[in-house]
Amino acid sequence: MADINAYEHTPEAQFGDYVALLKPRVMSLVVFTAFVGLWVAPGSVHPFIGFCSVLFIALGGGASGALNMWYDRDIDAIMTRTQSRPIPSGRVEPSEALGVGIVLSVISVMMLGLVANWFAAGFLAFTIFFYAVVYTVWLKRWTPQNIVIGGAAGAFPPMIGWACVTGGISIESLLMFALVFFWTPPHFWALALFMKEDYHNAGVPMLTVTHGRRSARRHIFAYTLVLAPFAIWLGLTSVGGPLYMAVAVVLNAMFIHGGWKILKRQEEQAIADGYSVEKRVFKLSLIYLFVHFFALLVQGWMGGW
Amino acid sequence: MGIQAEHEIHARRRSRNVGLGLVLVCFVALVFALTVVKVRQGGLIEGFDHQPRVSLTPLEDAPQEVTP
Repeated sequence: MADINAYEHTPEAQFGDYVALLKPRVMSLVVFTAFVGLWVAPGSVHPFIGFCSVLFIALGGGASGALNMWYDRDIDAIMTRTQSRPIPSGRVEPSEALGVGIVLSVISVMMLGLVANWFAAGFLAFTIFFYAVVYTVWLKRWTPQNIVIGGAAGAFPPMIGWACVTGGISIESLLMFALVFFWTPPHFWALALFMKEDYHNAGVPMLTVTHGRRSARRHIFAYTLVLAPFAIWLGLTSVGGPLYMAVAVVLNAMFIHGGWKILKRQEEQAIADGYSVEKRVFKLSLIYLFVHFFALLVQGWMGGW
Repeated sequence: MGIQAEHEIHARRRSRNVGLGLVLVCFVALVFALTVVKVRQGGLIEGFDHQPRVSLTPLEDAPQEVTP
């Protein structure tokens, strides 16, 4: 019998599935760093303009997340961690995700232009392009350095927040970029050391597999060394101050120490204690970034040097 | 099976429809609030009604533009 229950057995996409397309957890980082960038920038904006700016930066970030999920649906279907995402689980059609991604990209860029300024909007458009095309399409499956260059996409939001107020770029915003940019590789490679080789099996080259775990350990330590001067330098600019400086010195010393411990460990030791050091450094890296930006926030509120 | 005004698919899609409705309402409210804020920031705006008005006439002693 022909009936109108043809949709009966397809899983129905709920509103939450479309929200999940926007990667809410990544968005929370974007919201926080963009807000700090906007908060510490010289000059002032109306609070509602500031709120809307952060909202549309976050929406742009979410849109690039949807584009990423559309392109990576084949990988997501293989890896256990991502199998329950809306597309691989069959709740959302790939073409729907592409549509959502493109439409929200356009809306977020246009609205940011109208809310703040067209420089910030252009910057947001570039960030979406960078994450969705440069990272997802070109680099991710091609080079084990994908995380390094892809980290730039995550490092743009504080610069966009800054640009919303100032309409440009300056040394402070570049250093906030550097802080996130050089933080990303040690953060992800620490995770890669104790994660299963899911990614590599799905066709994404990972440093831990292509160049070995020894090399990944060296890379982690090297990046903590490169990161520290930029974090300290930021403390010497107009957005820095005694509080930020104290926090930065302590956290960078801890992070370098963590990187050193990772470097000195043998793989057998790590397996024996269930990667306890790697897991601790990974947790530290999360605290590291959050506390740095939080210190900038408080310092901006207190006044700098 | 009788024809129902409310098909079962409406129930299944309720969360999508309600969610999208709320998002659109919020967007309208946001654009309205943004307009209020932007217009207030614009300073004094004087509509032009095609009548001569003192505030529109150029200053007498304004420096003349020198063309080379």
